[in-house]
Amino acid sequence: MPNLIKNAAVVADDWTVLDKAEAPAEQVVPTGKVIIPLSTWLAQREQLLARAPEQTGVWLDSDEEPDTIGADLSHFSVIAVNFPKFADGRGYSIARILREQLHYAGELRAIGDVLMDQLFFMKRCGFDAFAVRADRDAEKALAGLADFSVTYQASVDQPEPLFRRRMH
Amino acid sequence: MYRYDDYDRQIIKERVKQFQGQTDRFFAGELSNEEFLPLRLQNGLYVQRLAPMLRICIPYGMLSSAQLRKLSEVTRKYDKGYAHFTTRQNLQLNWPSIEDSPKILAELAEVEMHAVQTSGNCIRNTTTDQFAGVTPEEIVDPRPYCEIIRQWSTFHPEFAFLPRKFKIAVNSCPDSDRAAIQVHDIGIQIVKDAAGEIGYKVLAGGGLGRTPMIGSVIREFLPELDLLTYLEAILRVYNRYGRRDNKYKARIKILVKAMSPEAFAEKVEAEWERIKDSPSKLTLAEIERIKSFFTEPAYLALEDQPAALTDRLAENKFFNNWHHRNVAQHKKPGYAIVTLTLKKLGVPPGNITDKQMDRLAELADQYSFGEMRITHEQNVVLADVEQGKLFELWEAIKSLGFATPNLGTLTDIICCPGGDYCSLANAKSIPVAEAIQERFDNLDYLYDLGNIDLNISGCMNACGHHHVGAIGVLGVDKKGEEWYQISLGGASGQDASLGQILGPSFAREQMADVIEKILDVYVSSRNDDELFIDTFRRVGITPFKERVYAKPN
Repeated sequence: MPNLIKNAAVVADDWTVLDKAEAPAEQVVPTGKVIIPLSTWLAQREQLLARAPEQTGVWLDSDEEPDTIGADLSHFSVIAVNFPKFADGRGYSIARILREQLHYAGELRAIGDVLMDQLFFMKRCGFDAFAVRADRDAEKALAGLADFSVTYQASVDQPEPLFRRRMH
Repeated sequence: MYRYDDYDRQIIKERVKQFQGQTDRFFAGELSNEEFLPLRLQNGLYVQRLAPMLRICIPYGMLSSAQLRKLSEVTRKYDKGYAHFTTRQNLQLNWPSIEDSPKILAELAEVEMHAVQTSGNCIRNTTTDQFAGVTPEEIVDPRPYCEIIRQWSTFHPEFAFLPRKFKIAVNSCPDSDRAAIQVHDIGIQIVKDAAGEIGYKVLAGGGLGRTPMIGSVIREFLPELDLLTYLEAILRVYNRYGRRDNKYKARIKILVKAMSPEAFAEKVEAEWERIKDSPSKLTLAEIERIKSFFTEPAYLALEDQPAALTDRLAENKFFNNWHHRNVAQHKKPGYAIVTLTLKKLGVPPGNITDKQMDRLAELADQYSFGEMRITHEQNVVLADVEQGKLFELWEAIKSLGFATPNLGTLTDIICCPGGDYCSLANAKSIPVAEAIQERFDNLDYLYDLGNIDLNISGCMNACGHHHVGAIGVLGVDKKGEEWYQISLGGASGQDASLGQILGPSFAREQMADVIEKILDVYVSSRNDDELFIDTFRRVGITPFKERVYAKPN
């Protein structure tokens, strides 16, 4: 059963997420659409830059630095950010940095412990794809994207804070 | 005070609906305990020793009489007819059911109240001076800035899952600090620069808990419009680099200390450089809009110190005592700031019944333009009382138990709910407060002792702020028994300091005797009108130690 939400719909997922390797420099990166761990990307960057961007993604763990791929963004069709636990909120900051400071415009996918009650915040921070945890129903989780219709702060989905938009 | 518009109302309405859904899914087994936990915490719902506890937000302590009447109704309908004011200017219900919580939130929404972010690892209720807007000491009313922070921090998408809870306090008085900003994750001191421009001195990394620390100044002057972008930069650095492996080392104070305040400030500045001109930068129009909610009420042109007051003060010693301790100077002639103390003997500090709430709402309507403030010392302030009506008000509050003239004295104790209610506590705190209040009920003696902050926490989470009490009491667990450790010399104001531990802990029944010995040392060592804290700073802890732990001959 597909469990990927993209553009507010449940869709089939044709990407494979590659696990982190103990020796990133030696990890074999298969052909086809793969999302590569950041450590492997950095260790094999010279060779991997030759891959077709349509088949290449990278994923960051919550303690990794988005700035390290700042120069490589055009080589990715997907950037994924891992939430090792849903209560680990570092991924929200990583997403905003990727969107607002590094101006990444491609697919930004939340992976890991991704649950309905966090989708709204994730969407606000710039995620547009959500790999909902396998034991949960992505169709049901969709509702989480629309928990609120009004927000106070500026963020990726609404660059102007409410105080610049308020109607009187 | 701030009034909701359609946007604010919509957000709270959608929150109630969201939480109802989350609660339903929890009971249907679709959300595990572990998953529901942070969701309910961010709605102020704890599961406590005896029942759930719901913490209702009172933004920066401001409360209208209509809101208080609703709180009274909710307390009656869903709880046992009493509630508890906290040290974060909030209100706790101790016995609601989880199933009722969404209904309670729906009722609160009718009067523009909620329980958003009153708990959990997120930005909590911003607190400030309970005399904001009425004290002659302040540079500018800090409440509009608190409201701006409230809106920015409410459901901030990036900071809902921080390493740990996060507390911001704002002070606007140059020479006093009733908001204890030096012991907050972020302390904001509103200042004016040489050109007369409003701005902020920013402190970070203060806090109590098991590793108490005084905050460090990370920016001497931040211009007025840069408040939110700078807060965002601090929070982002903390969110990304604060420790998450150990909850006892996860507060921002640990990060600031580990990096050093200078390196932390540099990191914040670097982040701020990237976002300071983003749309989150405040506008003068927005500041003016928010300020328009905090305009002065319709003050009358009154004579200062009218005969109606001075005559009564001259003829009634008890009224005079109360006036001396519990009434503060107002910025307008003829008006006064009145603190009603919720520290009556035999009542847990901060507790209030539904009937008291109804009566308090009437008093606020009658004497103070229908508004009041909750203080972090767990008292209630009527901020705009005509001096000529003080005697009348005093008569009215005496029978309610709100006129104990002990404000600032030894028996105006800050106390957490402790082991009677809280599942985290190592020891009960309320019976210790009661034993001390009972022993020292002689007002002349209390007045002679002068201002002494006595703060009690039932565990090292320090909800009772024991580290910053001139006398601090901490409940500890020794092999399953409840013991109490004493510290001396703490302060939370402008001269903030952390208390030093006196020595080995005591059993509950020894506590009143030990406090008495400490006071004896103070009384025999003080010079003239020297306060307890100043005597302690001069003579040090040794004489206190020697007396308290002296072997009987």
